[in-house]
Amino acid sequence: MSEPLLKVSNLAVSIRGDEGVARVLDRVDLEIPRGRIVGVVGESGCGKSTLIKAILGVLPPRAEIEAGEILFEGRDLAHASPQVLAREVRGSAIGFIPQDPLLALNPVFRVGTQMLETMRWHAPPQWKGRHRERLVELLGAVQVPDPEKALDRYPHEFSGGQRQRLLIAAALSCQPRLLIADEPTTALDVTTQQQVLKLLRDLVAEFGLSMLFVTHDFGVVAQLCDDVSVIYAGQTVEAAPTRRLIDEAAHPYARMLLACHPDRATELGGIPGSVPSPYVPPTGCRFHPRCPIAVAECTSRRPDLQRPSGDHSIACPRHHLTLPEAAA
Amino acid sequence: MTAAYDANGAILQVRGLVTVLGRQRPLVGRRSAGVRAVDGVDLDIAPGEILGLVGESGCGKSTLARTLLGVQRESEGNIVLDGRSVGGLDPGEARRTRGDIQYVHQDPGAALDPWWSIGRSLEEGLAIRGNRSPADREARVRRALSEVGLDPATAGRYPHELSGGQLRRVGIARILVLEPRLVILDEPTAGLDLSVQATVLRLLRDLRARLGLTYLFISHDLSVVRRLCDRIAIMYLGRIVETAATDLAFSAPRHPYTRALLAASPRLDSELVQRVPVMGEPPKPGAIPPGCAFHPRCRYAEPHCARSRPVLESAESSHLVSCLRWRDLPAEPTASAT
Repeated sequence: MSEPLLKVSNLAVSIRGDEGVARVLDRVDLEIPRGRIVGVVGESGCGKSTLIKAILGVLPPRAEIEAGEILFEGRDLAHASPQVLAREVRGSAIGFIPQDPLLALNPVFRVGTQMLETMRWHAPPQWKGRHRERLVELLGAVQVPDPEKALDRYPHEFSGGQRQRLLIAAALSCQPRLLIADEPTTALDVTTQQQVLKLLRDLVAEFGLSMLFVTHDFGVVAQLCDDVSVIYAGQTVEAAPTRRLIDEAAHPYARMLLACHPDRATELGGIPGSVPSPYVPPTGCRFHPRCPIAVAECTSRRPDLQRPSGDHSIACPRHHLTLPEAAA
Repeated sequence: MTAAYDANGAILQVRGLVTVLGRQRPLVGRRSAGVRAVDGVDLDIAPGEILGLVGESGCGKSTLARTLLGVQRESEGNIVLDGRSVGGLDPGEARRTRGDIQYVHQDPGAALDPWWSIGRSLEEGLAIRGNRSPADREARVRRALSEVGLDPATAGRYPHELSGGQLRRVGIARILVLEPRLVILDEPTAGLDLSVQATVLRLLRDLRARLGLTYLFISHDLSVVRRLCDRIAIMYLGRIVETAATDLAFSAPRHPYTRALLAASPRLDSELVQRVPVMGEPPKPGAIPPGCAFHPRCRYAEPHCARSRPVLESAESSHLVSCLRWRDLPAEPTASAT
C-alpha cells in the first residue's frame, strides 16, 4: 500500500482562552489515501473545525500544536513555517471549500475578480496571463451555465447551488492535490445537495484528487465518502470504510451516535449526558463519563487505536462488548 | 367554498388557500403583482396526527404556516378550524380566533429576548391572553417547563445560559403554557446534533401522547419526517403535490417530484451517489412555470403538462397526487423503497 497523501498522527492542539487552556484536540489520527474521499464526522464542538484549521495552518494565534504531526506528501505541516504554508500549501496544494458560500464571497466584487485573486497568489508562474481562460474552463467543469459571463456577475446573481459551484471551482483553480470541504452542502436543499455531491465525486475522479469532507450528517457520508472517521471531544474514536462503519460500528460512541439517527433509532433515546468542556476534559478516554461499558481503566488511560483489520481502527479496548439494551 | 363541518372530523381544513406576498399598489409607478407563495393549497389535519410538511426552501412552507397561524393574511380560500370558518379576517382578529393554533419558531434562541429571563418570556403569552394572576402564570410556566423535561428553576435563567437542545425545549414550553391544540413546528430539529435531535423528537412524541396535541411538522429532513410523522404532504412552489400516509409515501411515491426528493435525500443506507434524480434548482417563486409548476424539471413531462394545471386526485383512499400523468408513470423503485 502506498503512503497516504495526508497522515495526521496523534495531533494535540490547545487554545488559550479566557477560562484557561482548552484542550480542543487530544489525539486525532487521520489518513487520507490518494484518490479517496474521507469523511470526518462529529457533533458540534468535537474539534472538526480545529482539525481543518491545523491542516491548513490557520489556527488562531492563541492556539498551539502540542504534539503530533500532519504529514502531507511527506512534509510535516504541523511544524512548517507560516510562509511555506501560505506560499506552497494553502490555496495551491490544498484547496478549501467553505461551508457558507454567501459568507465566503464578497458581495461587492464580481466573482471573477475574487476567483482571479486566488490564482494571482497561488497559481504556478508559468500560468501567467492564462488565469481567466483556466477559470472559464473550470466553471464549465463545475457546470456553471455560461462561464464567460458568469465571471462578470456578482454573488447575489447566483443561486445557492451555483455559488457553491463557484467556490468549488475556486478551490480547484490552482491544481490542488487535496480538497478540504467544511460541510459545503448544509445550506443546500437535498436535490441541489445531491447534485453538488455527485459533482464532487466526479471531480475527485477526473482530476485525481483526494478529499477531506467534514460533516455531521451520516447520510451525506453514505452518499459521498469512501472512508469515514468519527471524532468525539477531540479524540478519534473509530475509522473505517464507510459501509463498514455505518453497518458495524464498534466504538460505543459511534454505535450510540448511529443509534440516534432517525433512520435507525428505535427508542430515540439520545446519548445521556453532554459533550464535555474542553477546558476540563475527562481523563483517559474522553467518552468514559457517558459510556455504558466504561470501567476504571477507561478513566485513567487513553485507549490505543486497535486494528481488527487493516482499514478499521477503534480507540476502545472494550469494543467487542455488547451495549446494554437501553443504550444502543 | 363551504364552511360546513367536515365529516371525518378534521381539526383543520384548508381549501383553495392562496397567499400573495409583496403585492403593492404604489402611488406612482407600476403596480406589483406580488408572489403567490401559497398557490391553491388544500389540506386536512386530523386531530392527534402528526402531519409532515416537506419541501425545499422557497416552496412556501413557512408562508403557509404563517397564514394558518393568522399572522399573514390569506388572499383567497378558506380555513376551517374545528368546524368554524376562521378565514378572511384581519391579522389581529385572525390570531384571536385561532388561539388553538400555536407556532414554535425554528430558532428559539432568536425568538427569545436575551434580556428577559426564561420565565418572563414564557409568562408574556399568558399575560397577552389576559391572565392577570401572577401566581397562576408562574405556576403554569413551572408546569410547562417540567412538561418539557427542564428544571422549573430554569424560569430564572437567561437564554445565553442554555444549550441549543434546552432552548428548543423552552420554545416548546412557551407555547404549551397557552394550551394549544394544533402546534406548528417549523424545522424543530434544524441545527441540532444527532444525539440532541433524538431527545427532542422523543419529547415531541411524548407530549403529543400526553397532552393530545396535533402537529403540523415542517421539515426538509426526510429521515426525521419518516420517523415521526403519520402522514406527509409534499410541497413544491406553493402547491401540495402529494399527500399520503408516511409508509405509503416512502414505499410507493407517485409524484415525480416526491420520487426525486426521496431519491436525493441522504440516508444511512444511501449508496455512493451515481446519478442525480433531478437537475437544476427550483425557479424563483416570482416566476412559477405555467401548467404543472414542476414540468420544466420533470423527466416525465409532456407538452400538455406546460398547459394544464393538475389538481390533487385520489390515487388510493387517502393518497392524493397532483400530476397529470400519475397513471402512466412506471412503478419506479426509489432509493427509499426498502
